[in-house]
This record gives sequence, structure tokens and C-alpha cells, in this order.
Amino acid sequence: MHKFTVPIGPQHPALKEPESFNVLLSGERIMKFSARLGYNHRGIEKACEERTYIQNVYLTERVCGICSHAHSSCFVQAVEEIAGLEIPRRANYIRTLVGELERIHSHLLWLGVAGHEVGFDTLLMYAWRDREIVMDILAKLTGNRVNYGINTIGGVRRDINTDQIKDVSKAVKKLKERTEYYVRVAKEEVTLIKRLSGVGVLLPKDVLKLGAVGPTARASGIERDTRKDDPYGAYGELDFRVITDDHNDVYGRTLVRLGELLESYKMISQILENIPEGPITVKAPRKIPAGEAVSRYEAPRGENVHYVKSNGTDKPERVKIRAPTLANIQTVAKMLEDRNLADLPIVIAAIDPCFSCTDRLTLVKDVGHGKGRKMRWEDLHSHSIQWYKARGIDFSDLNKKMEKLLK
Amino acid sequence: MIGSLLSIFIFPGFLFLMVFGLSAEFIDRKLYARLQNRVGPPWFQPVADLIKLFSKEDIIPEEANPAMFKAMPILALTATITSFFYIPTWRNEALYHFNGDLIIVLYLLTLPTLSYFLGGWYSTSLFSKIGAVRTLTQLFAYEVPLLMSILAPALLADTWSLTEMAVFYSAHPWYWLFNILGFFVALITLLGKLEKVPFDIPEAETEIVAGTFTEYSGRLLGLFRLSMDIELIVGASLLAAVYMPFGLAISPIFAFILFLIKVLSIVAMVSVLRTVFARLRIDQMVNFCWRYLAPFSFLQILIILALKGFLVR
Repeated sequence: MHKFTVPIGPQHPALKEPESFNVLLSGERIMKFSARLGYNHRGIEKACEERTYIQNVYLTERVCGICSHAHSSCFVQAVEEIAGLEIPRRANYIRTLVGELERIHSHLLWLGVAGHEVGFDTLLMYAWRDREIVMDILAKLTGNRVNYGINTIGGVRRDINTDQIKDVSKAVKKLKERTEYYVRVAKEEVTLIKRLSGVGVLLPKDVLKLGAVGPTARASGIERDTRKDDPYGAYGELDFRVITDDHNDVYGRTLVRLGELLESYKMISQILENIPEGPITVKAPRKIPAGEAVSRYEAPRGENVHYVKSNGTDKPERVKIRAPTLANIQTVAKMLEDRNLADLPIVIAAIDPCFSCTDRLTLVKDVGHGKGRKMRWEDLHSHSIQWYKARGIDFSDLNKKMEKLLK
Repeated sequence: MIGSLLSIFIFPGFLFLMVFGLSAEFIDRKLYARLQNRVGPPWFQPVADLIKLFSKEDIIPEEANPAMFKAMPILALTATITSFFYIPTWRNEALYHFNGDLIIVLYLLTLPTLSYFLGGWYSTSLFSKIGAVRTLTQLFAYEVPLLMSILAPALLADTWSLTEMAVFYSAHPWYWLFNILGFFVALITLLGKLEKVPFDIPEAETEIVAGTFTEYSGRLLGLFRLSMDIELIVGASLLAAVYMPFGLAISPIFAFILFLIKVLSIVAMVSVLRTVFARLRIDQMVNFCWRYLAPFSFLQILIILALKGFLVR
């Protein structure tokens, strides 16, 4: 059968962010899949080195538009560890509360996107409508729908009062009802099950080999959850289960996320019942003593890792961010081996990718010379042409035409 | 002469079908939106879309075959409009009829699908080509169940003409109830013909952008859109004529209103069906059509044959 390469991205209706996948197809079968990230590098790590710790809390919050609290909490935890700050219990509870609300909004968002990718737009509309409930609650608690700005070094910036607690528990009750409905939909809707089960299979041994994290790993039966393994915030005092599933496929990932939603509701009610009284912040020094720390946080997409190195000034010397998508993106090629083109959007979506958050710069130094190589514009241009040629996409005819047109 | 021109261009020809097709698109979109808990478009939205498309520039890809690229939307539109003339609407008799027009209508309804294939194929874009191949694969899957299930009512009436079928069912007003099973098979295959969820595989936007229509723009895309709207109407009218052939003989105005209600209720069924399903994969779709729909349409024919033995005589 005739083989051809289809470029999915950098601009494509299936993708919400710019990234590029080249798919070698034979009919509808995927023969080869390669991914290329890096279209949305923003230089956040470098920018962190130029700003004070307090400014960095807001900067790291903007790494991701969806799991913003995950990134700022992760950063703040690392800084607090270096500074040796013990934050108040009430602050820990509020952080955890916002973190769980964020997980709910992220998982509901994912559910809608997954529905859209398999052409089930009704699910998208319903899931996103219900997501508004949690978005409103987040706005009520923090003042913002996405970038909450609730974290600060040494605690949180806003307290919650009894009215808010009542609002949250009312909303959670409503959301629980809706989520139970979605669980029923996922278990009964035939076309949805047909599109999801058996698609994007990732065996437990591959999870371990490729280092997948979050729901992607848990849907293959690997119990890997930072909240349980290395409790932070209030998680050590909460009673919850790590949801796993042994379907190993996209259907399993759907069930895991829905199950996690139900666990989140449980955790939130516990937080609201047991939230201790007391201050919400301790005084943090402006200059953080020299030291380094690695902090881990279970973002909705998986384990999020921040590394902070301080040198005694009010600015960090180095900040390194590893978003969960970087750990999961390797699994996509494995999952797509010998699959249908129609499965590609949902398999990519099933790791709940966040490509813009993942884009980091790696400087490769030539060890022999000890210097980085400089590339001029022309070199870059010819390099990009060669890069695409090697993947079966030839732009040279198009370029000639373009030149002709320009003349 | 003038009479024929009037019927071709005004009623029940181009103008009527265009207005009816656009209103059906509005009803479909509005209902789809309401079922999804959205507000939905205002009533003039399909017209506005069409005006916008017609006022835009046509872009023809350099690699494409311009003649085929331009001809295909027109072929699709003319084929769908022509097929409507053989369907009885306001009386027992269609505008034109002869023995065998049922086959002609089905053939003419296949032409748009073929034109989607050729249009996609000749636009030479990768996404269009994949969409085109999927269109054709899908055609081979749904066409047989559709044909078989439409054969059953014709067998009962012992004719190949839609008009004569209408006459027969007017004489035996309750016989249409025997064809209910065939109606559901035909309704599902109609979703495939109209490329709607769960069978919108040829234009699955998350996989292949817009499929066949990826390279189409401006007037040509507008013509394709219009032909799809009219195809919806013609497909629904065909189903109404074959499976709900009651009430045509009473009075023209009553019959025509009844016809509109029948067609719009089939359109509404299409909207509901496309709300509640996810898009299937092409292999699942072919499997479904041959494994479930084809046997059911055979079963319908068996039921009719068994009934004919002692009922109709």
C-alpha cells in the first residue's frame, strides 16, 4: 500500500497548542510516529533567575494555564524547604483545598476535550458546563478563575470564611452528582466505549520503562501518586485512595480520572470539616539562605518537579521545572504503534498533554571545544529544511514557487 | 415550457429546496445546540453563512485539477436537486415519474458522495485524500443496507416507482407499519450518507482537518454546503415517501403540510442521533454496517415476503 507522511501540527484542529507530529501512514495504519516539541519556549527558567522569590511565585504560576496552582505550590515548597520555614497547618489545608479544586477543574476539562477528540461534542458541552461550577468556586475563594495567586512564601494570602465553606460544600455536592452521571455515561455509552477501550495500550512494564506519571501510569495499574508516596500539604492527614485501573488503555485513563474526581470530592469534604484554626502565614525572609531543594507535587497530569538553588540573595541562582507532560510524552509513540490514524487525537489527548508548560531549553555543549555552537540564520534555515526532508516532507518545490512569486 | 422552468427553479425546484434546506439546517443546529445545553444560532445563521461564503474568494490549490475541482460542487448540487423531482410531496403523484424512479433517486443520491470523493481526490491535499478515501469506504458500507431496506416497502407495493408506491399505500393506509424496522435501518444509514456523527468519519476535524473539504473555500465550499443541506432534505423526504406514505391523498395543502412535518421530524431524529453518539472509527463503521444493519435489512425483506404471501392478495 502507498505510504505517505501526514504532518499533524504545528497548527491542526486536534491540537490546542503548537507542537508537531509527523505520522507515516500506510492507508489508515500508523507506521511511524515522531513528535517535536519546542514551539512555545518562553524562557521561564531564565526569567526566574532575574526576579525575586516573591515575583517568581507569580511567574511559576504562569507556567501552566490549567495547573497553575500546582506549579506555584511546587516552587513555594522548594523555597520554604531551603529557608527552613514551617508553614501553619491552616495554610496547608487551604493550599490543598485549592489544589484539589484545581484537579477537579482540570479533570473535567480533560473529559470534555476527550469527548471532542472522539467526536462526542455533547460530552464536551456538558463537561465544560459543569466545570463552570468549580471555576466559580475558585473565583469566589481566590478572586481568579485560573491563576489563583493564593500562594506566598510562608503560607497563603487569603483566608476562607464559613460562608465560603458552605458554598464550596454545596458546589461539591452538585459536582459529585454530575460526576456520578459521567461515570455512568462512561460505563454505558456504547460508541464511547468502542472508541476508548483497547486504544493506546500501555503495559505496566512500559510505564516503568518510560517513566510515565500521573493518571497515565495509574491507568496501567502502577500506584504512583506523590500525594501518597511523599505527602505534602495536608495530604498526610487526609484519608483517600489512589485510584488505579487495569485496563491499560484510554478507557482506563478515563475511569481513573473520573475516580479521582470522586476522591477529590471526598478529600474536600474532609478538608472543610477538619480545617484547623490559626494564622495563615509565617513571616518569610526576603533573602533566602544558600542551599538547594527539589520539590514534588502531584499535578492533575502527574508528578511535577521543581528544583531551586539559592545563593543567599533575594534571587534564585537556578530554577528547573519539569512538567508532567515531559515524562508522559515518550509513551505516546509506544501507544500509537500500529494503530489507526483515527486513534491519534485521543491517544495524544489521553496523557492530558500540556506542551507549552513542557517546553524547556537544553543547551548541548560540544565537549571537545567546551563551547556552544553558534548557528546563523541561513544555517538554521537549511537545518530546518534538512530536518523536514529526513522526515519525508519536502518544501523545496514550494520554496521555489514562493521565490518566483516574490520576484 | 414555462411550467417546467418554474418547477425546476422555483417550486419544488432550486429556490424551494434552498429555503427548505437552510431552514432544516437551522432546525438541526438549533436542536443540536439545545440538546447540548447551548443557546444555538439565530434563525438567519445558515443564510448568513451562505452569503458570507458566496462573497468570498475561491482559492484553488495549484496542484489541483481546476476543472474537476470546480465541477464537483455543481455536480453535487444538481444531482440532489434533480432527485427531489421524483419524490411525491403534496399529492399521490410526484412531479415526474416512471417505473423505476426509486432506483434513479437512490442513484442520484449517490452522486454527491461520489463528487465529495472526486473533489477531495483532485484537490491533492493529504487530508483531502484521506477524507476522500474514507468517503468511498463508507459508501460501500452503508449503501447496501440502505438499498435493501428501501427495497422492502417497494416489494410490498410491487412497484419500482415512488408515485405508484404512494398510490398503493394510500389504498392500504396501515401497511406502512410493516416497514418500521427498515425505517430505522434507513435512518441510521442516512446518517452515513449525510456524514453526520457517528458516521462523520470523512470529515473528522480532529484527525484530518475538514477531510474532503479541506482545500475548498468561498463559493465552491458554499455550493457543497448547500448541496449537503439539500441532501438532508432529499434524504429525509425519500424516507418520508417510502416509510410514511400516509395522508397524501386527502388534499394538496394538508398533504404538503404533513410532508413538511414528516421531513422535519426525520431531521429532528437525525439531530438527536448525532447528539448522543461519539464518532466511530472507519473499521468499526464498516463492521457495524455489515454485521448489524445488513442483516436487519434482510430481515425486513423476509418479513415483507412472508406477509405478501397471505396479506396483500
